[in-house]
Amino acid sequence: MLSHLRTMWLVFLHLFHKRETIQYPEEKIQLHPRWRGRIVLTKDPDGGERCVGCYLCAAACPVDCIALQATEDEDGRRYPEFFRINFSRCIFCGYCEEACPTYAIQLIPDFEMAEYKRQDLVFEKEDLLIDSQGKYPGYNFYKVAGLDAGVKEKGKGDNEEEPVDIKSLLP
Amino acid sequence: MPKIYIDNKSFDVKAGKNLLETCLSLGYDLPYFCWHPAMGSIGACRQCAVRVFKDEEDTKGRIVMSCMENVKEGLRMSVSDEMATAFRAQVVEWLMTNHPHDCPVCDEGGSCHLQDVTVMTGHDYRRFEYKKRTYTNQYLGPFIHHEMNRCIQCYRCVRFYRDYAGGDDLNVFSAHNHVYFGREKDGILQSPFSGNLAEVCPTGVFTDKTLKEHYTRKWDLTTAPSICQHCSLGCNTIPGERYGKLRNIVNRYNGEVNGYFLCDRGRFGYEFVNSENRITQPIIRNRTIEAVSHDLLIQHLAMLLPGQTLIGIGSPRASVESNYSLRELVGKENFYQGVNDDQVFLEQKIVDILQSGCVHTPSLKEIEEADAVLVLGEDIWNTAPIMALAVRQSVMKTAAAESLEQVPLPAWHDVAVKELVQEAKGFLANVTVLPSPLNEIAACSMQGAPDDMARLGFGIAHILNPTLPSVGVIMEKAIIIAEALKHAKRPVIITGTGGCNDGLIRAAYDIAVALKTEDRKPGLAFVLPECNSMGLAMMRAPSLEKVAGRVQNTPNVTVVILENDLYRRIPAAKADAFFRQCKNIIVLDALHNRTTEKAHVLIPAATFAEADGTFVNNEGRAQRSCQVFMPAINTIKESFKWLWEIKALLTSASNGQEKHPDELLARLESSLTQFAGISAVAPPRDFRIHGSAIPRESHRYSGRTAMLSNLAVSEPKPLQDDDSPLSFTMEGYRGMPPAPLIPSFWAPGWNSGQAVNKYQQEVGGPLKGGDPGIRLFEQTTATPVFSRDIPDAFVPRPNKWLLLPQHHIFGTGELSMYTKGIAERSPEPYITLSKWDAEQLGAVKGDLLSVKTDEKIYTFPLIIEESLQDGIVLMPAGLQGMDVWSWGAWVNITK
Ligand code: SF4
Ligand code: SF4
Ligand code: SF4
Ligand code: SF4
Ligand code: FES
Repeated sequence: MLSHLRTMWLVFLHLFHKRETIQYPEEKIQLHPRWRGRIVLTKDPDGGERCVGCYLCAAACPVDCIALQATEDEDGRRYPEFFRINFSRCIFCGYCEEACPTYAIQLIPDFEMAEYKRQDLVFEKEDLLIDSQGKYPGYNFYKVAGLDAGVKEKGKGDNEEEPVDIKSLLP
Repeated sequence: MPKIYIDNKSFDVKAGKNLLETCLSLGYDLPYFCWHPAMGSIGACRQCAVRVFKDEEDTKGRIVMSCMENVKEGLRMSVSDEMATAFRAQVVEWLMTNHPHDCPVCDEGGSCHLQDVTVMTGHDYRRFEYKKRTYTNQYLGPFIHHEMNRCIQCYRCVRFYRDYAGGDDLNVFSAHNHVYFGREKDGILQSPFSGNLAEVCPTGVFTDKTLKEHYTRKWDLTTAPSICQHCSLGCNTIPGERYGKLRNIVNRYNGEVNGYFLCDRGRFGYEFVNSENRITQPIIRNRTIEAVSHDLLIQHLAMLLPGQTLIGIGSPRASVESNYSLRELVGKENFYQGVNDDQVFLEQKIVDILQSGCVHTPSLKEIEEADAVLVLGEDIWNTAPIMALAVRQSVMKTAAAESLEQVPLPAWHDVAVKELVQEAKGFLANVTVLPSPLNEIAACSMQGAPDDMARLGFGIAHILNPTLPSVGVIMEKAIIIAEALKHAKRPVIITGTGGCNDGLIRAAYDIAVALKTEDRKPGLAFVLPECNSMGLAMMRAPSLEKVAGRVQNTPNVTVVILENDLYRRIPAAKADAFFRQCKNIIVLDALHNRTTEKAHVLIPAATFAEADGTFVNNEGRAQRSCQVFMPAINTIKESFKWLWEIKALLTSASNGQEKHPDELLARLESSLTQFAGISAVAPPRDFRIHGSAIPRESHRYSGRTAMLSNLAVSEPKPLQDDDSPLSFTMEGYRGMPPAPLIPSFWAPGWNSGQAVNKYQQEVGGPLKGGDPGIRLFEQTTATPVFSRDIPDAFVPRPNKWLLLPQHHIFGTGELSMYTKGIAERSPEPYITLSKWDAEQLGAVKGDLLSVKTDEKIYTFPLIIEESLQDGIVLMPAGLQGMDVWSWGAWVNITK
């Protein structure tokens, strides 16, 4: 009996609390930057496509909704020839972002992607690529990688020595 | 069998092995880099450390490199020991101090031995704060990509390239921590085995350049066990597909056949499958819209065929199933081998010899283990490259075995053995028209005309068995070779159809039979031209010339040509005449060629990658090649499926029931007894393990729900495979499949091809359950009949030259030429003469000469070969788009 009364009292008190529900869509919710929503492909600080087509995101994806094909430009820089995410399958787990060694693929705070046709939830590279570094500014994979893909020459990286002169026997 | 203790567990192990092999055979995951099962140990990388104890009491023990320590009775060791584990982790950490941050853009990633070992040892964070060493790369030709920063200095590449395969243009340069693995300067790697570097190198320094064009990770490939299509050896391969295109080929270990290696023609010659030149739709010629649907084609054939005399032309590059199906369609008496008279004659001779049971034909493994080899008249370097590699191993191993008799060293101890052997070589006699790279290791080599080489052979046979006819003067070389063969226990004689001379085959047979004694087991190996030449020859059908003759006399025939370009078999004029006389020409093939142009009805056939099929290799080993992927276009089908569909149109009783390879082989066996046993080539199509099929896709195959979602967002039903126990999905039995059905080598912790260790009974031994393949010829106790018919010595004729083929590993193959890199390395047509002959004609190198043969004149630049026998002219065999010439004919040459 007592507990019933207590419950009613607590419910009554809620009348005077601040409201938790908002009037969506007139009113928008504030999302945190690390909120896992729509997936984008970002660009590096120099404006190049960050994705190097390594397939790690695709392998990490538990529902296998990422498909891509890597290709190379004439400098040997790898990038995806196509990059497709089937958002009708995506569960927004963020594993792809975790797997990505280049910060290319990122989940952003946007969930407003509803479509009338399921087919419209298939996003291609044109739909995914944004002109921004997203959450992780400042990183350009090709500046730290060992290979020369037209971004920095061999031995010109911060952590690299000049290429070995193989004709020399000096230590 | 010594007993050893690993972490206090006792094991009975094989003597004469090192601890690393032993541990791996027992299933331990012990990391290693520099050791390779085919190349032995050098102890360079220090990765395979274990702790060995003196005895039971010893608790301290000592760290040793397991690859450098022999198995000893009662030996105690520890793999999981703390100090050994820490040592191994430390070694990887050191190796990684200079390793670039490349995995995401490294083609090795996902099948990288270095990744495997790094994960296995637990190293994960670079503590070293200093800079990384860097190198510049080299251009190494169309097959291999170079990224030298990734090197861990294990020396496997040079050991394979130089020591194992005999190449000399890859080496190690510089010193100390600057060692560099590459060429003296940029340039194409010359060895035809260079592609193996991609698998031998444990890192991404050397990677497959053709894969780079359409890069896909190992885990994303759909793979199936397959058979190489580019020569008669039938090396086992694993082709990988993604998005409907073939992406690469890697080696599939078969202890009896190719072992760990493939040649570059086999590895890179897959691009024809993706060619623009593929036939994708049925074509009915001479109508407004020639490309037709499946149903229209069948309707057309149903009208066209009844009441016609059907003649079938088989093919040495089509599977046993397809050839047999054609034979069933047209009837035994109307089935012809799509091969010219001379070739059929030679191949028949070979089949007769092998079927007689008088002589043993060795596998490649047995050739490797031979202790004396005679190559009689076959340019195996170009016609059977992996056999040449096996012959090289025989020469090296024999020398090592002889040295080890004096100084007892363990055979796996590569450095010590090399030091001991020095320049000594086992016995190889290489008798060919032109010198070949094998001559460098040959104790005895000779160049001559085929008749003279055959006479040398008969001379050897006469020395071995004096009751055989003598060739007159006994050549000194014959004595040397006969002596060496006599002293061998396992001599092997190799010949083939490449010399275009039946005397060579008969002479080789005489030698092999004459060598047979109680304790000497000679082997006689034959090289044939194509992947199923043996299977077709065993069907014993008449030649192309015979069918041409028949068509002349019987008007209104309909010919069905199976995967065969007749312009590569008989001279163009004859082929043209033949086609003119046929009323209807129905051609099944995968790629457009000169024959498909003549077709009235053209039916798209599946290539090996899209088909199941059985191929019989040069030793008579039937091997199953499984379908890798289903062609996206449903009008592309296996030839045998088409042929049964056509047959259903003719026999009202059958209702077009689909035929599967299993049923076809079972029927073949009962109608042609020479194929007895072939139906056991692979487990039947309803074979399941715990109710599950064997998946073609890896367990981490990605993109299933996105690959095709651009076309339709609902995923299609998974493809069904009714022809084999393999499935097209990633679901299924993940344990050890039967050896003929291994779609790819993978084991927990071993993403790289090194996982093969887990599939073998013992490291470097046969696969679990036995190496795949059913040998169709067995030696019996039949009494041999010698051949006594010795050809006359070769005499050059005035103003006439004997026309012979020169084979090219890159160039001669019909299908491999669709690979850009192979086409790049193929020669331009030429005419080769001896120096003396060139002088007689007053021609110098590069001059245009004209050869008149088969009523046509061909003008090509001259190449002069000093060692070529006078009176012979060599021209390249089987170049793309070239006519075939009448090999063995006498031709005129004018300037
Ligand atoms: S993990 Fe990152 S770099 Fe790799 S393919 Fe995916 S998005 Fe591209
Ligand atoms: S060699 Fe292996 S570890 Fe090194 S970058 Fe390539 S994939 Fe990574
Ligand atoms: S290139 Fe590869 S095989 Fe050669 S030493 Fe370096 S890591 Fe070893
Ligand atoms: S030797 Fe012949 S069968 Fe083997 S890989 Fe080379 S071409 Fe293929
Ligand atoms: S594998 Fe033993 S030292 Fe390299």
